[in-house]
Amino acid sequence: MAATREAVIVGVADAALRDGMLAQPMTPLQVQAKVAAAAVADAKLSLSDVDGLLTTGQWGVPGVGQLPTISVAEYLGIVPRFCDGTNIGGAAFESHVGHATMAIERGMCEVALITYGSTQKSARSRTLGGRPPALTMQYETPWGLPTPVGGYAMAAMRHMHEFGTTSEQLAEVAVAARAWAGLNAAATHREPLSVSDVLASPMISDPLHLLDSCLVTDGAGAIVMTTAEHARALGVQPIYVRGFGESHTHWSIANMPDLAWHTAAERSGRDALRMAGVGLNAIDLVELYDSFTITVLMTLEALGFCGRGESGGFVAGSRIAPGGSFPMNTNGGGLSYAHPGMYGIFLLIEAVRQLRHECGERQVAGASTALVHGTGGTLSSSATCILSRS
Amino acid sequence: MYDKPLPVVDHDSVAFWDALREQRLLIKRCANCTKYHFYPRILCPHCHSERVEWVDAKGLGTIYSYTVARRPAGPSFKDVVPYVVALIVLDEGPRMMTRMQCDSPEAIRIGQRVQVNFERVTPEFTLPHFRSITP
Repeated sequence: MAATREAVIVGVADAALRDGMLAQPMTPLQVQAKVAAAAVADAKLSLSDVDGLLTTGQWGVPGVGQLPTISVAEYLGIVPRFCDGTNIGGAAFESHVGHATMAIERGMCEVALITYGSTQKSARSRTLGGRPPALTMQYETPWGLPTPVGGYAMAAMRHMHEFGTTSEQLAEVAVAARAWAGLNAAATHREPLSVSDVLASPMISDPLHLLDSCLVTDGAGAIVMTTAEHARALGVQPIYVRGFGESHTHWSIANMPDLAWHTAAERSGRDALRMAGVGLNAIDLVELYDSFTITVLMTLEALGFCGRGESGGFVAGSRIAPGGSFPMNTNGGGLSYAHPGMYGIFLLIEAVRQLRHECGERQVAGASTALVHGTGGTLSSSATCILSRS
Repeated sequence: MYDKPLPVVDHDSVAFWDALREQRLLIKRCANCTKYHFYPRILCPHCHSERVEWVDAKGLGTIYSYTVARRPAGPSFKDVVPYVVALIVLDEGPRMMTRMQCDSPEAIRIGQRVQVNFERVTPEFTLPHFRSITP
């Protein structure tokens, strides 16, 4: 039987921020309701059309946030027939798009809603402290590794050791992200940044400086998916999900297979491209999770955009900045736009807006196919989506 | 008084922490595939056999990677900033995390040879710190 149902993204929305905090103070449930309503309106649908719900988060724990799809559905007044609370850290939402695609194409739901909300900055809930020293963390938390930056720092240290990657090359990633943020009025930090600014910022966990690290902000986003046929009937521009993949390798950093190689990204990227039936030469826009500058370098290598150990040279010369030959993280990324704990949904929202050609000054001309890649935990998990406008 | 996080001992780890009190570093070895692993598990993560047994590690290894924490992982680590958290590849093969005992974080390098240094932090817990072996 030929596949007759084809899943597409038809609505996106995010919450306005001011100085990294929700412009209008809200609870995590309130802000998810607001962005959910905005995303279904963007799709010319209403919340009563939603019969699939995918969400995860860090709010309400311990408590109602432990079962987030149930709590969000109850708050919204939705009784889903498909639900998914997959939590693989910041990459979860790329997984959600993949899982919603399977559910829609299999007929398990007609309209899927994906949400995320965080008030971590207003609530001042973020610390560098480790995870509770129980179960597998009893062998790591007692040592005082700042979390999560310390694990990424160990990966960066190993990458430098093996390949000669430099702090200046890492800084290029932050500088390019800031230049893109300068073109995005919604970004948290927009003032120009130089490599020497990054190197002069306080060292947090060697070799990563403050400005090698993502922001700590609030934020909320929502995505609505349905079938291509439904999108045509609604008269909205569909964004097709051509392929996806996901993987994870470790939670304790000592168990990462190779600290200089992003194994999970290699696997999820390969699977996503294979499903889409395209090569990297078909990609004209890349949105990559940038929790830290090293995350971007290791992801570029693992996805195959450059060879092992070559990412430092790859990003040199403003290649990934506006006007460069490799448009990437076009909203300013987690480094300069916003980073509300789990950032992956914002990669997808930006890719959809770029593929719809709605991005004004920062629009990548003629963007037709995007690779969106989430990384979660401490280089632990990955999920990749290939999206296209045709 | 020691105010840093201490392990929550469980059925996987009780022998590990008990042995540290006697200044022994135990790791698990699989009788089926002969490989070692860390942290200790009830089955072998390499071949999934349940024939895993405790063995004494030599307590020697090499620095695989490290970071210098300039900001503490919570208030209880403020008194030791800056400090070096490292991943050690034990001579038996597995990697484990530790905190380096060193005079200067700047002297630490990937590839340095290290040995375990048992530090009794409370009557119940002795932690396996490591220090560089002076050539």
